[in-house]
Amino acid sequence: MGPIRKPAGTAAETTSATVEAVWRIESARLIATLSRLTGDVGLAEDMAQDALVAALEGWPRTGVPDNPSAWLITTARNRGIDRIRRDKVLREKYEKVASEMELSGPEPGPEQVAFDEDRIGDDVLTLIFTACHPELSAESQVALTLKTLAGLSTEEIARAFLVSKATISQRIVRAKRTLAESEIRFEPPAPEEMGERLGTVLGVVYLIFNEGYSATAGEDWMRTELSAEALRLGRILAGLAPAEPEVHGLVALMEIQASRFPARIGPDGDPVLLMDQDRARWDRLLIRRGLERLELAGELGGSGPYFLQASIAACHARASAPEQTDWDQIVGFYDALLALRDTPVARLNRAVAVSMAGDPGRALAIVDDLAGDRRMEGYHLLPSVRGDLLEKLGRGEEAAAEFARAASLTGNEQERKVLEGRALRASKGFSS
Amino acid sequence: MRCMVIVKATEDSENGVMPSEKDLSEMGSFNEELVNAGVMLDGAGLHRSEKGVRLDYEGDEVKVIDGPFAETKELIAGYWIWEVKNIEEAIEWAKRVPFNHGESTEIRPFIEPDEFGEELTPELRERGAALEAKIAEQRND
Repeated sequence: MGPIRKPAGTAAETTSATVEAVWRIESARLIATLSRLTGDVGLAEDMAQDALVAALEGWPRTGVPDNPSAWLITTARNRGIDRIRRDKVLREKYEKVASEMELSGPEPGPEQVAFDEDRIGDDVLTLIFTACHPELSAESQVALTLKTLAGLSTEEIARAFLVSKATISQRIVRAKRTLAESEIRFEPPAPEEMGERLGTVLGVVYLIFNEGYSATAGEDWMRTELSAEALRLGRILAGLAPAEPEVHGLVALMEIQASRFPARIGPDGDPVLLMDQDRARWDRLLIRRGLERLELAGELGGSGPYFLQASIAACHARASAPEQTDWDQIVGFYDALLALRDTPVARLNRAVAVSMAGDPGRALAIVDDLAGDRRMEGYHLLPSVRGDLLEKLGRGEEAAAEFARAASLTGNEQERKVLEGRALRASKGFSS
Repeated sequence: MRCMVIVKATEDSENGVMPSEKDLSEMGSFNEELVNAGVMLDGAGLHRSEKGVRLDYEGDEVKVIDGPFAETKELIAGYWIWEVKNIEEAIEWAKRVPFNHGESTEIRPFIEPDEFGEELTPELRERGAALEAKIAEQRND
């Protein structure tokens, strides 16, 4: 037996890693509870940060308290009351809140549970809806969600998005200000708004996932830690809203896409496209979870865009080799997707499926129709797909020109290299 | 990072004493909390070793030994599979497991496929994947 690593609760061994681990587990519930108590997500987040700082300073001396969540919420509450008393503007604004927090009973002892177990789920869900409020810009929604729900530090968010810490701080400050100025209360959406608001939340989560899945900037092809956070947020959301098929659809989609992470990067760091991936490297546990989740979404009556995208991803996941892919079924799912939401990107993807189902000529006609669409201007995948189709049809010179154009449009270094390589090969008449 | 949290057997578990309703309800709430935190990927409880079988592989001979097995503390009674940021997070979650009767757990990080190095050849990978794809297919029937 090895040495005892860490007698629970003793001081000397408490590292910032332990505090961070507790924070990761507790922060969303802490901020959600404080938001309900104060009615103000911005103030709640400041109070929670104060408690985190106090833990980072105090726990190495005192050890991790027996009930860290009770400790955090008590500390946050006390610091919050101090903060309100000290600051005149805050005092006027929050006088009522401060006195209510003081009157809300004695400090909870270590035996007491800090969170109201019956309400905590609703509180966290309300926090998600507030962080993704439609009044906020997409950038602010993402930053506030990662800060309050995922418990990431400003620095971690900045690193993940390759922007400065100041930029992220600004987005969070702006988000808090908008929430305050628009007098957005901490409350769940009205039933009639529910569908739309949930759609916004799912959009924010998928945006975070995609930023990790196909990094739009920088030298890395993927930033998997961002996708992992989005997947965690999606799973949390599925636990909080278990009756919503689109929530499960999104989680299924993310689980299946994440199952391909180990296969998406070649030994030299180059991206490997779906059809070229070594399927042996796909993560089978994630595929199984994704397929089960998709089934659940189907049982709940799933028919929305995430459900359909997950169904397409599942067709790939079920095929143990590329040639076993059921492309006709995939074309069918794209038809359903287009009937819901006719976007040029979905049409482009459908064209790829049509080509794979055996008809590159018809696919090229679909893509040519899209070429005039202004929304596709500057979108590198359009020439990239067109190049691919031309190459299949034996029109190498034209294909090379398209690949070169796609290379000039992409912002991702790795992808540019791949496209330039394809341009070169197409011009020489080698099919890739 | 992914890890298996192994729940070690106890005298009670080896004697086939089933958990009380209170234990089950507490464990149910804890599992719910794990799932809702996006941490728990899988998990199950196992029957006592009396219902199990052990196989020893020595040269060409395979010895099949019926349970029960001695050294209770080395046996396992259940497991979870968790997705966590690092071992510290796994430890913090494991501290919250509603055990207080001398149970013991062990956290073991997964070996990622890439860590097997050259020994796991592309052919071996492919065979593994074909097998697992078949399993997935059967699950979908």
